[in-house]
Amino acid sequence: MATIQLRQVAKQFGAIYAVKPVDLTINDGEFVALLGPSGCGKTTTLRMIAGLETVTSGTILLNNLDVTHLRGRERDIAMVFQLFALYPQMTVRQNIAFPLEAQRTPHAEINTRIDEVIRMLEIGHLQNLRPRALSGGDRQRVALARALIRRPAAFLMDEPLGALDAEFRETMRAEIKRLHILQHATTVYVTHDQIEAMAMGDRIVVMSAAVVQQIGTPADVYHYPANLFVARFIGSPGMNLLTGQIVGEAIVLTGGGSFPLTDRWRALLERANLPEQRVILGFRPEAARVDPQGPIPGTVYADDLHGAYTMLHLALGDNTTIVHARASRETNYPIDTALRFDLDPAMVRFFHPATEQAIVE
Amino acid sequence: MADIALRQISKRFGQIAALNDMSFEVHDGEFFVLLGPSGAGKTTTLRVIAGLERQDSGSVAFDKQSVDQLGPPERDVAFVFQQYSLYPTMTVFDNLAFPLRAPGRHMDEAAIKQRVGDAAEKLRISHLLERKTGRLSGGEMQRVSIGRAIVREPRVFLMDEPLSNLDFKLRESLRVELKHLQKTRHSTTLFVTHDQIEALTMADRIAVLNKGQLIQIGTPKDIYDRPTSAFVAQLVGTPRMNMLPASRAEGQIHITETPITLPIPELDSILPASFTLGVRPEDVQPHPDGPFNGKVALIEPLGVETIVHINTGKQTLVSTVAGIANLQIGNDVRFDIVRERLHMFDSNGDRVTI
Repeated sequence: MATIQLRQVAKQFGAIYAVKPVDLTINDGEFVALLGPSGCGKTTTLRMIAGLETVTSGTILLNNLDVTHLRGRERDIAMVFQLFALYPQMTVRQNIAFPLEAQRTPHAEINTRIDEVIRMLEIGHLQNLRPRALSGGDRQRVALARALIRRPAAFLMDEPLGALDAEFRETMRAEIKRLHILQHATTVYVTHDQIEAMAMGDRIVVMSAAVVQQIGTPADVYHYPANLFVARFIGSPGMNLLTGQIVGEAIVLTGGGSFPLTDRWRALLERANLPEQRVILGFRPEAARVDPQGPIPGTVYADDLHGAYTMLHLALGDNTTIVHARASRETNYPIDTALRFDLDPAMVRFFHPATEQAIVE
Repeated sequence: MADIALRQISKRFGQIAALNDMSFEVHDGEFFVLLGPSGAGKTTTLRVIAGLERQDSGSVAFDKQSVDQLGPPERDVAFVFQQYSLYPTMTVFDNLAFPLRAPGRHMDEAAIKQRVGDAAEKLRISHLLERKTGRLSGGEMQRVSIGRAIVREPRVFLMDEPLSNLDFKLRESLRVELKHLQKTRHSTTLFVTHDQIEALTMADRIAVLNKGQLIQIGTPKDIYDRPTSAFVAQLVGTPRMNMLPASRAEGQIHITETPITLPIPELDSILPASFTLGVRPEDVQPHPDGPFNGKVALIEPLGVETIVHINTGKQTLVSTVAGIANLQIGNDVRFDIVRERLHMFDSNGDRVTI
């Protein structure tokens, strides 16, 4: 059981910040995903928590004890890298036992604990096989069992599914989360895959360019992105972001068309210090719906079936700005069909064009 | 552009049958995707069409004319690879112009400039023309590679996983660009991928390959709605189709080790006594009045939709619901299964159809 606190934790390599000062509290039993593109500082943050990397400044607390200057193995934290490395000459059972053997745990206890994780992961039928005989997914399960058996205070995972095929990733993603629900061990999970972070995290820490951009639940970062980076990075495709200028009671969009503003929105935007009344209108693909009376005209640039739904890609009047709109799977328009669309007002967001921050009440 | 016909193509590499009796046709102006896991024979098929690989038997025809006796240059195909092969010290313009300046072409510089300009505009790289390609990002380089194929105006485009080295966001936008480009130019395009989303979203038709065999050909809707085998059913769609052991008894389908029974569609006479029932996640629908009940085992909120894992009896069903679902792990949940969209596979994995 562990609470992890980062207070103004930063890492510099020479003059360059790998991580700018971060404040973050990870609650006991929580699953927190560190999400961002490569080079954003997420792995460095994880390695500082693990004690594999020193901090340049700031304090790390584990269960309210300052561990900033303790070495990794003094922190009772298990680091799981890509879940690959199994010893090929050992059986599954020997592989799982290995971390406890190394700690000289009594044999009776080792056996009890192995039986427990084997039951939890449903791999009893594999225990006498060698890794070579296992499928990719089963190998991952065994690697996971080997991490679980240590019963550490916290798990730190660095892209453990990175090397897997799409189909195993889907399965293992659910498996890791299911185990987390059973064990409730505090987990910090690094990934560049926003779908993984959304699916698994109780909360997500979105990072970019060494800076924490937003900390929030999956619903927060999806529906209320703090800035343009988060709006673009979360979602597939990301949020539609249209530049425009407030003229009278509407935003005139740079790409063509205009979007009428309610009184409440106008009051909000008046307080926002917009440069020359310029603003960015944001909305998720599912907020746009084709409507012959809609305020924004576009033409079909492409439409594609994703299986359960169709994604419409609409070019605005400038023929450069593309809006993505999620539609029912029966939707089927030829390219260049002229359409109009409207937005679900509950899903409309605004961003400041200079600061790139969300404009909120 | 041209249509393409493959007739009974087989190809072995030593002991390994890379392609086994492969036949299909690609229509003029069609976007045709070869989809399959690695080792399926996708790239070999493409290389045989290009003339880079010689088949052991069978024939390849463009516009009803055999090209078997033609070498790669005479076939007039443009190949786009996963690894962009550009000249790093040349500008984007010179890279694009390169195929047009080939000695056999006799094209004057004004015409070259026109063609390169058109292609660059289509691919949104006009602003990069004077840049050296060594200084471009991955996405820009792949646009230039595609541009170099386009300027030639070949009979056929062959693309071998051109997007798979790019990051996800870039892949997403290039997918849309490529599809738009293909649809506006009506270029015959064969596109190889192992990514089911690329296949579903871009193709007019998909050929699913596995271990050198052609498994199924159809539109994305066909492949998604009527997979002819359990293999295809699990290859497309995310999350993957639920595959549940089931049996037929007393005029009903019973999902093994669950309380779920469903009326049998018109298949009573041909449905085996035990089989695999396939149900897409969007066809498992939580609903307060649903006839079945289970417990929420796991919730994966993706934003636009939520994946809900429902335990019922000893099985787990995966369901997708729109938006952020208002459900908690451990909750009881009632649900329905869309009867019109069941998939049934026999013990060989073949679809049971009327």
